Amino acid sequence: MSNVSTQEVQYNKSGQRIVSPDYLLFEAPREKFFMTGSEAVKEAVRRASVDASVSYPITPQSEAAHLIGELWVEGYVGVYFRGESEFGVMSEVAGCALAGARTITTTSGPGTLRAFENFPMWAGTRIPVQLVLMARGVNAPLSIQPDNLEVGFLLDTGCMIWYAENAQDLFDMILAGFVVAEHPSVHVPVITVVDGFFVSHTREAIMLPPDDIALPPYNPYKAPMPVIDLEAPPGRFLRDPFVMKSNYISYATHASWQFEVRAAIERSRPFAKHYLRGLVEEFGNPDADIVFVAAGTAASQAKEAVRLLKDEEGIDAKVVKLKTIRPFPYDELRAAVKNAKYIFVPEFNVAGWLEREVRKALYKYSDAEIIGAPRVAGGMTMPAEVIVSEVLSNLRVK
Amino acid sequence: MKRKRVNIRMPGLGGQGAVTAAHIIATAADYQGYYAVSNPFFGAEKRMAPAESYARIGVEPIFDRGEVVYPDVIMVFHNHVITMGKSYTMPFYSGIKKNGLIIINSEEDLLSPGDKAYLDSLGVKVYNFPATKFAVEQAGTELATNMAMVGALFGCIGSVGLEAIEEGIKARFLKKFVASGGTASLDSALERKFKKKLELIEKNLNTARAAYELASSWAKSQGIEDFLPPPPNKKVEVA
Repeated sequence: MSNVSTQEVQYNKSGQRIVSPDYLLFEAPREKFFMTGSEAVKEAVRRASVDASVSYPITPQSEAAHLIGELWVEGYVGVYFRGESEFGVMSEVAGCALAGARTITTTSGPGTLRAFENFPMWAGTRIPVQLVLMARGVNAPLSIQPDNLEVGFLLDTGCMIWYAENAQDLFDMILAGFVVAEHPSVHVPVITVVDGFFVSHTREAIMLPPDDIALPPYNPYKAPMPVIDLEAPPGRFLRDPFVMKSNYISYATHASWQFEVRAAIERSRPFAKHYLRGLVEEFGNPDADIVFVAAGTAASQAKEAVRLLKDEEGIDAKVVKLKTIRPFPYDELRAAVKNAKYIFVPEFNVAGWLEREVRKALYKYSDAEIIGAPRVAGGMTMPAEVIVSEVLSNLRVK
Repeated sequence: MKRKRVNIRMPGLGGQGAVTAAHIIATAADYQGYYAVSNPFFGAEKRMAPAESYARIGVEPIFDRGEVVYPDVIMVFHNHVITMGKSYTMPFYSGIKKNGLIIINSEEDLLSPGDKAYLDSLGVKVYNFPATKFAVEQAGTELATNMAMVGALFGCIGSVGLEAIEEGIKARFLKKFVASGGTASLDSALERKFKKKLELIEKNLNTARAAYELASSWAKSQGIEDFLPPPPNKKVEVA
């Protein structure tokens, strides 16, 4: 008997062969390319069977938004248009998603703030929209440069928040983001963050699977919420009919629904763990008692500092890179710092939102000294030398 | 002196192609088999305003991002960087590492005795290379200044050869793209553009090659060795 396959080969609307997320992310052969983070966004969207994207220009995400538009020209994206503002964009993508479309958009800094009302709305509406956030300073004084203060603002919007370190992470996370966000037991938005410029405008090597395969299309009929049905009136435009009433049923509905959104983020853990190959990644000597806890470019810079500390000072250190901020990897972080005496949290913002998260996660779980430094903002670079001198000055004091 | 990493800072003026140069340098180094990363400075650059870009090349994976604060090499694209302080760092050589290299696009010697004494104390070599004049001679346009600078860089620091430089330049100007329309008129328009493009690439390549040879003999006369050990990876075709 010959081995006859009964599986039918299926193609998406762009003519790409549909493959499983596991095949696309882990098994497909990959080829090396040299490109910017913005171009990596394009390549991820190309392979993601995206139905709709809405854009609005703001530095530094303009190029990524523009490149998604090129994909629309090439036939890889179903619908693409420019919104009238970031608020308009984030509302319009919600409309697309409510109608059952796989939807992605991008923004940065002031654009995020202008659109802000929509993020908790996305979460409460349980739409699996993906936002690629290329973090940039928020005013004033004006900075168009890398700074991730805005991520601190987004932590409690009810959206999943993932943090990519480089172009490769960003490519993989965008694909994984759709899969996890659209899982019927999760079904909340995902915000995929990178540091603007440090990733968006940096050109580096990246491994890509072929471009004639793509993710299975989004199936809105598996969603826990019904899609808008304009042909069966009354059209279901809102998911919150209770809010027009002031009574305890509406309050309880709101509160329980908000808890449910957070619970959905918690339920994303096993899927995120699988598709991201773990919620944290370690670099350096696993037994080191000096630990950097960081996300994004701060993790990159900390990795360089680990090398410098070893090569020039003979000091062992390690980096625990957080890939997800929501859900927060509590268990993974606690396990990773169990030998730690010093925990440094290097950050690209003035507020130290990650330091707060780390302190909260480790309260009563670690005796290590937690040091929210070094911290730079407004577009500054964080050279590894600065991190090293921060470590040395703390060790000297003791 | 062999290094694990060469960090390059390129101050210039907006419009001179320092960003393109950084991308070509990194692409060429990647092709040669080194780890490489490039990025522009993150600002609202405009013509004749200060602009800066960076490239990092090494024998280990590179995580470092952003401005190069401690460069091994500084490539000054315009004399205003020095004479008018059109630079993000003052003096323009701030942070330069020991035994580093400075390439200045100038016929004249622009450094003060104080500058020279300081750079000498660090063992930093300075190469005055009139890249713009050279570009006009070789390519007939000062737009090829950045190509001359790229050629001069690798002529001085070695490690990355002419074949890789050519690949870097081609990768920048011959991007693959999808023409979905496929109508005859579209194709012929593309063809005409393409011919122009090939001429442009050829001129750029010639400029870079000639600058490479010139700088290479200067580096020999100065006793400068290759900055990097041989590349850790085999040459890989970049798609």
